[in-house]
This record gives sequence, structure tokens and C-alpha cells, in this order.
Amino acid sequence: MVNIQINGKMLEVENGAMVIEAADEAGIKIPRFCYHKNLSIAANCRMCLVDVEKAAKPLPACATPVTEGMIIHTQSPKAIAAQKSVMEFLLINHPLDCPICDQGGECELQDVAMGYGDDVSRYSEKKRVVANKNLGPLINTDMTRCIHCTRCVRFGEEIAGIKELGMTGRGEHAEIGTYVAKTVSSELSGNVIDLCPVGALTSKPFRYSARAWELRQFDSIAPHDCLGSNIHVHTRQDKVMRVVPKDNEAINETWLSDRDRFSYEGLNSEERLQSPMVKYNGEWQETDWDTALIAAVDGLKNIVASAGADNIGMLMSPSATLEEMFLSQKLMRALGCHNIDHRLRQQDFRDQDNAPVFPWLGQSIENLEQVDAALLIGSNLRKDQPIAGHRIRKAAIADAKIMFINPVDYEFLFPVAEKIITDPRQMGKELGAVAKALIEVAGVTAPEGLKALLENVVPTEQHKLIASNLSNANNATIILGLSAHTNPDFSTLRALASLVAEMANCTIGYLTDGANSSGGWLTGAIPHRTHQQEKVSSKNLNALEMLRSGLKAFVLQGIEPEKDCADHALALNAMEQAEFVVALSMYKSESLLSEANVLLPVSPFTETSGTFVNVEGCWQSFNAVVEPLGDSRPAWKVWRVLGNLFNVDDFDYLSSDEVRDEVHSFAGSVTADNKIAWKIPNALQNNVDGVVRIVDTSIYSIDPIVRRAPSLQQTADARIPAIHIGEELATRIGLMDADQALVRQGNGQVTLPVIIDDRLPKDSVLIPPCEMGETYLGYESSVVELEKI
Amino acid sequence: MSQSGLSTKTKSSKSKLHLLAEEVRAEIDQELTKYPNGWSISACMPALRIVQDANGGSLTTELMDAVAEYLGVPEISVYEVATFYSMYELKPVGRHKICVCTNISCMLCGSDGIVEHLKSKLGIGFGETTDDGKFTLKEVECLGACGGAPMFQVGRDYHENLTPEKIDKILDQLD
Repeated sequence: MVNIQINGKMLEVENGAMVIEAADEAGIKIPRFCYHKNLSIAANCRMCLVDVEKAAKPLPACATPVTEGMIIHTQSPKAIAAQKSVMEFLLINHPLDCPICDQGGECELQDVAMGYGDDVSRYSEKKRVVANKNLGPLINTDMTRCIHCTRCVRFGEEIAGIKELGMTGRGEHAEIGTYVAKTVSSELSGNVIDLCPVGALTSKPFRYSARAWELRQFDSIAPHDCLGSNIHVHTRQDKVMRVVPKDNEAINETWLSDRDRFSYEGLNSEERLQSPMVKYNGEWQETDWDTALIAAVDGLKNIVASAGADNIGMLMSPSATLEEMFLSQKLMRALGCHNIDHRLRQQDFRDQDNAPVFPWLGQSIENLEQVDAALLIGSNLRKDQPIAGHRIRKAAIADAKIMFINPVDYEFLFPVAEKIITDPRQMGKELGAVAKALIEVAGVTAPEGLKALLENVVPTEQHKLIASNLSNANNATIILGLSAHTNPDFSTLRALASLVAEMANCTIGYLTDGANSSGGWLTGAIPHRTHQQEKVSSKNLNALEMLRSGLKAFVLQGIEPEKDCADHALALNAMEQAEFVVALSMYKSESLLSEANVLLPVSPFTETSGTFVNVEGCWQSFNAVVEPLGDSRPAWKVWRVLGNLFNVDDFDYLSSDEVRDEVHSFAGSVTADNKIAWKIPNALQNNVDGVVRIVDTSIYSIDPIVRRAPSLQQTADARIPAIHIGEELATRIGLMDADQALVRQGNGQVTLPVIIDDRLPKDSVLIPPCEMGETYLGYESSVVELEKI
Repeated sequence: MSQSGLSTKTKSSKSKLHLLAEEVRAEIDQELTKYPNGWSISACMPALRIVQDANGGSLTTELMDAVAEYLGVPEISVYEVATFYSMYELKPVGRHKICVCTNISCMLCGSDGIVEHLKSKLGIGFGETTDDGKFTLKEVECLGACGGAPMFQVGRDYHENLTPEKIDKILDQLD
């Protein structure tokens, strides 16, 4: 620690800190443009010049380390004169177009110019003009306004991991751009909008739609991944206008993924369901809530009376709130129906009784950047959970050994120590090989049954390296990602991953689907356990079994079954075969209109209060920021009224807080241990024939809201339906790039263009969920047939 | 993948390494040995010079991409260097590049007249190339030969204390 003095204030500061950091900590304002606490120091704008005693010239506060006894003046005549001169230089080429600039009112340059700029310019020469760049559907550019702080360049280099922007030319001709025409492709790209201190980089979807001073700011929680990034929602006249990040060092720092930032467009979609609807004799009628609720209750009562409550299935979005999940399962269980699930994309449930109380990250999100080795199984980390990807990237750059066992050779933008790219059917075997290598490397005793299971598995050098990297690390973790959860051998992967974690003495964690799957487990939105963690004994159906069992009725919340379930074709078929479907939905999609009997309009996260429990078990409650659109209502209220209509006891909640407090009373102190008891998993698949399909749902198709965000749908990550196929397999079948091919899976078939993709393992094709007309294919990792057309 | 963990190319982009000849690579490798591991970006300037020389005095976007790929750095980092320094040519130039200094010392010693003479003799302005592809005329900042102002550089050679007659003699000797 050193003692310094800023503007007469005595401060004790960390050794090696910069003057600007000390000043920020003490609440002393120093103007700046290029400095940003989460980026490297460039010291190129010179706006933060301060007067340091005994220094001949003013020094940049951002690049001057504190020393013992330093006396700094930020407001002395010398400092002010220096800052004013810098301001005058910065304004020389900056256009005076604030009235038509989107940044107006929230512009750092404007603010600082108010304090340090002169009211009259002495510059009468020509100002320069810089051509705008097209950086894609999310970021708008007005490059003439750029003051060359290079925050966007450093962001690409240091945070996003793709340096796409740079400063070309020199002096008067220097400009920020990509040099060659190119869109920015990072999944974190929107952050440059916040970083840009002027109006050079602004939000394209938000452009010209509101002024900063017309907006009201509310806190909320992002609803698309299990991290629960903290956000500010900006609204005007009761409409969500945009979303920006809210600082939370423990979760998202100052960043936000593009998905969380731009998905708000889906909230204002024209497809929003605005009034309750009931289908009478095949004709939809808009109606009032009383009529629709009675229709829903009567329909379900009829099914209960004629076929029994166990002929109803309830499928819940993993991004529904804790309150919604709790109330819905409470109602369904009161009716005698235990077919409740939120694990929609999962297809292997064999070990669910052995699962932790709630499968969680097993560590804090912050710890992800502290690990020195990590093995991720079935994870497209960077796209699935961009903020977690950023944390792991930091660890990787600090020389952590990050390793993957994946069905696709995803691009990670950080050094990957080892990767095994394998047919999804073989992932268990690969993990088994790591376990076997670990037994050899670490000399631990194999538990019962493992030897027989791994009899035919021969570990390679790579497996041994993975094993030794894990066992030699002080802080190592194994994480099961989204495509491990959808793998047909998930239970095997879980058993082996847990075993490897135990033998290598590292933590085991999960990165889960949706925003609130932790809440789903805690509230009992699962068929086999109640909210009190009691095992339910009767033969209850999980998400996949529900679709397979020809149930007579379904209750849905926040999902479109043919897009959000493991098997798209099966889901569509199950809905069509059911006699009665009630959907609590934000949208009236074509498919819901054809499948459902009653549509109840419910609110998205911006129009309801609620709670998400994130993947580290952190409870984050939020309030509604706008009124529900049209006649839609918060879903927890709908469940509450349905509970009353069914005369369920203890269903008189007056607020969502009351529901949350009740859940908190039994689940608030639950700590989950991801360590599970060893159970011999099912035999590993040995002979695998045929070509297998990898689904790999696009990050911008994972829930109904993002699917309706037009700007995200124009990005490169919103894939068009196609058959991605490796060169070798393509040659074998006689397919070429851009050919058309017919693909059959189960009863579904569809014709799609072919894309040669070198990221795939042998005998695998990647076909994202297809939304072509009425045709849907089946589920992840099952066999498909291909035929050239 | 460079030391900073930056991705250097996108999956879809086709490799451009074939644009770099065997000898060119060998020369770049020589430069690379001068810098520590993971700091291949330091060899960017010599690599660009080597590639430019091998390509008749100028660079193309493809060649810059090839250099980026060879060094394992982002393409934009190479563009930044190539656009910053005036010695890299991003458009084709003539066989002889005449770089005339018009900075203060040369200006005081009459570079205006030198420029005038060159322009009328070659029939081209700054940044232009003669129709026969022989000469390109370029205005540059101080080349550090103020003691011999006015001066210009042709290819690798400095010519100082210029007069119109001296210029005629120098240019006539070039093929």
C-alpha cells in the first residue's frame, strides 16, 4: 500500500494501481475516453491528464502508477488547461451533429465537452469525413464521429478473442474499421456499443427509436441462459426499447451477450398473443379470461374424469420463473398428475433418481476464470453461455489447460489444450478412456463394475494427457454442457464424469438449459421428486415419455413443443394426437394455433415479477418493467387463479414475493452436492452403424423470444437449415457442396442444401432444427439416412 | 493461435499460404528467429517488405492475408501495419519508385522545383505511374538526409543535392 494525496484528500492505495483507479475508488472524477476498467491501458486519448507535483508536465492518470507520497491535482489550473487543450483537439474533427446522433444525451464526449470544451471553436479548416462501415445487423457505424480511443479494438482483442476491428492508416487518415468489408461475428459484439464513448458505434436495432432522456431504467435478469446476467431494461411509454448490461462482477462483469442484449425485439413481436383464445369446433375465438380459464379447467377436468389425471402431461419452459414452476407443479400434483418436466431437450433419464438436488455449476462463476484445468463435455461454451465462455477464456489465456470432448469441433478463440471430437454415440467411450487412463496415471482403485465396463477401451496418449492435466491441477473442474444433456447416453456421461472428477479430485459442474433449470429442480418441476425433495413413487413420465405415451392432454408453458423438445417430430405428433392442449404462451404461433385448444396469453420476463435461480444457485428476483401487453397476464397469476378454480388448498397467494418466500422457506438453504453415488452405467455403445444426426440448436433458436428477434436472426449464428457434412462422408455418399439432399429420420423427411463442414466427426451430420413448412425431423444423435437429389 | 489466444482466421476462409513462395517463406522464417516465441507479430514489418519485394514492389489484400496466416496473427493486425507505414504500397507501382522528400529542410532548399521538374519530365503527378510502367512518383516525409537536401530516394538508393540536370542523369541511367 502507498499513501497518496488527490486534491488534498489522503488516500491509501494498492501498490501498482494507476492514479485513475485510485481516483475512481475515492469518487474523484477524472475525464477519460480510452480508459476502461476491464480493458488494457492504451493512454492514447490524453483526456485524463492530471497535474502531479514535481512532474514537469501533466501526466495521464490512466497510465501513471501511484508512488509513495505522490501529490495529484485533478482540478489545478495546470490540469484544467491540459484537459481543455486535449478537448479542443478531440473536437477538431468531431462533427457537430449531436441533434441527429443516437448517442446524444448519453455521450461521454458530449458530457466531457460540457465541462472542458469551449463554447466557440477556433478551428475553421475543413473537417475530415470517414466512410461508414457495415459491421452487420447489430452495430451501426458513423465513423466520422470516432475519436480513436480504440476501446472497440481492444475489446475484440482482449475480451471477444477475435480481432476484427483495427486502426488503419495514420495521422489524419487513421480510421477504425475492418479494412476489408466484413461483419463482426462475435457473440459478444454488442458490447462495443456500450464501450464507444461517442456515437460512432451505436445499436442498429435501437437506432432513431428513442432518446436517452425519454427512457426509464429498470433492473432485471436476462432470461436466455443459466448465468442470469444482470441487465438494465430501458422503457418508454410502457414499451421495452432496449436492454443494456448492469454491472455485476460476480456474474457478467460489465458485459452482456448479444442474445441477452438484442432478444428484446422478440418482446414486441407482432406474434404476441394479446387475448385469451378458445377453439370451438375447430374455430378460434378471442374471448375474456373467465371464459378461457373455465374452458381450460373444464377440458382438464373432463380428461381427469374420463382417462385419469396421469393422462395429462405438463411441459414447462426451463426459462419459466421459480414462482411459475412452483405453482404449476403444485396445481398439477394436487390434481393427481405427476407428469411434470422442464428438461425438454434431454432424452436419457435413466439415472435421474441419482441426480443431485439440483445440477449446478459446482463452483462460483468467478471460479471459472481461476481454474487451471477444465474438461468440458459436450459444450459449445462460447455460444451456449457466452459469459461463461469469457470466464473460461480468461483462464485459458492464463495458461489453464482447457480440454473438450465434443461432437463438433467448435471454434473457441482461446488455446485449447486437448480436444476429442467424436460421434455423439461414442462420447461415453471417450470419457471412459479418460477414466481408465486416470486409473493408470494416478494409481487409484477402480470402483466396482468399472473394469468390466471399460474392458474394451484402450486409452490413447491424448486420454492420458487429459487425465494427467486434471489430476495434476490444483483447481480443476469437469463440466457437462448442453449437448451432454441432450446426449442419448447422458446418464453414462454423468456417471463417468463424476467418477473422473472424484478420482482426479476436481469439482464437477453442469451448464444447463434455459435460465432457471436450477429453479425447476428446486420447485419440483420434475416428475420424480416433489419440491420437498421427496421421491414420488408412482410411475411418472418425464418430458420424453410424455410425448411417447399418447397422453390425452397437455399443459404447456412458454414453449413451442416442436421446436423446444428433444424430438421435434415426436413432439408435433404428440400434440396433434392429444385431445386437449392448454398453452400458456407469449405468442400465437402457427403450430400452437393448430395444436392447442385453449391459449392463455402470459407475460414474458419484462411484464412479470419473478425469480431465476442461476447455475451457481444464486436467487435473482426481478420486477415487471412494463404493463402486460393487451390482456396478457403474469403466468404466476394465471396458475394462481387456475388453482382456485380447481379448489386446490393453500393457493391464495397475493404476490409473487409470497410464492418466492414460500419456496425459499424450504429451498433457500438447500445446498446441492454434485457428487453422486457411483452406479455402474449402462454398457458403452460399441458397434455403431449408420450416420448419426447432431442437432446443435442455434443459439438464436433456443427459446420463443430469441426466435422472434429479427436482428439476431440476421446474424451468422442464426443458421439456415442445411445438412453440414464432413468431406469424407460426403464423398462416400456422392454429395458436393451446395447439392440438395434428402434426409430421412424416423418418419420425417426433408430436402436441404449440403454444406461441407470440416468440424464434424466421422459418420455424423449436423442438421439444425428444421422449420421448413410442416416437416420436422427427429431427435439428437439418432440415425439418419441421406440421399442425393 | 497466437499467445494472446486470438483467433486468426475464420473457418470459412480459404488458405492463402500458397501465395508465398518457398524462398519468401525461408526469408520470413529467418526474421522470425529474431523474436521470442509467441511474438511472431514482431516479424510483420520485415515479412511485409519481403513479400512486397517479391511481388514487384506492392502488396495486395490476399498477400497481406497470407502474411497474417503465415505469422498466425489476425488479418487486421497486418492491415494496420501495412496502412500505417508509407513504404508499403497497396496499389501496383512502376519498376522505379521515386520518393521525393518535401519536408521542411528539402522544402527550404528548393524541393518545389524538384517536384515541378519531375512532374513535367514524367508527365505524372504524385501517386501516379507512367504509362510504360517505369516510374511511380511519390511524395514522402523526411527521409533523414537533410544534410543533402533536396533529396529523393529511387528504389533503395538515396540521391542528394538534387538539381534538374542531376535528376535527368539519374533517371536516364535507369532501365
